[in-house]
Amino acid sequence: MAVSYKPTRMEMSRLKKRLVTASRGHKLMKDKRDETVRRFITFVRRNRELRARVETLMGEAMASFVIAKATMSTAAVEEALCFPAALAKVEVGSAKVLSVEVPQLTYIPSASRGLPYGMFGTSTELDAAVGRFSELMPLLIELAEVEKTCNLLADEIEKTRRRVNALEYVMIPQLQDAIHDISMKLDENERGNLTRLMKTKDMLKAKEEQAY
Amino acid sequence: MADIAMIGDKDSVLLGRAAGLDVYFETDGARAGRLIDRLAREDTKVIFITEPVFEAAQETVAKYRSRPFPAIIPIPDGRGTTGAGQRLVRANVEKAIGADINF
Repeated sequence: MAVSYKPTRMEMSRLKKRLVTASRGHKLMKDKRDETVRRFITFVRRNRELRARVETLMGEAMASFVIAKATMSTAAVEEALCFPAALAKVEVGSAKVLSVEVPQLTYIPSASRGLPYGMFGTSTELDAAVGRFSELMPLLIELAEVEKTCNLLADEIEKTRRRVNALEYVMIPQLQDAIHDISMKLDENERGNLTRLMKTKDMLKAKEEQAY
Repeated sequence: MADIAMIGDKDSVLLGRAAGLDVYFETDGARAGRLIDRLAREDTKVIFITEPVFEAAQETVAKYRSRPFPAIIPIPDGRGTTGAGQRLVRANVEKAIGADINF
């Protein structure tokens, strides 16, 4: 313990107050950590599931795109897709998970219905690939939301855990030690004072007896 | 500006255009990093990025990890998944719980 305090009553009562605050903070932080971890686990479970699903579906969409490219010339595919469809939008909200602000995303598909290219010169395979990918979009957005939430929660849990540990293993023991030290010193002073008084009293008595 | 962007090699992300995403062809890590910075400044909400590019642009990606926006999400490219996305999930679990537990 490196920190030294003045051994006074004032200082001791101040430290005691700090100890109470630290203990309460520690309890709260610990509760927060436990609850965040619990929520995190449900989110991460969803994240895993979604990711696995997105990865297989994405693979399928890509595979059908490869077939589409085989049925058309590369130039034709690029031409069909070079003019972008009306942009898809995402509505953004924010939610709080234990004071961690997490994004909430709602997918709004692009306004134009159907395909962004004409029937002429494009194959049905391309339509299928585009259709599959469009179907995948809501899932992708959900994945984005859940994955971001997981990231943010993981960061928060790490921070909270550090705080809990700092309080538990550094702050609180240090304060307890300091309070103990001060109370020891105060007691010692008290005893020293008492002995001195007794001694003085004895000396005075002896003097008085001598005088008679 | 579009809310959703997609970065990756041409063959993998071309499909995104038909779904109304803002598509960028980029395979170089450093350039992809600068592109992400620009998109973030322009208020893009979600950036999908193919796994190889995602790994190449790690530095920039890490910068946006702890911010609510943009969400940078790795997706498999035309050649299938490299496992980068799953690794990310696992890294999160490890960071939060201290060990990689299966559940």
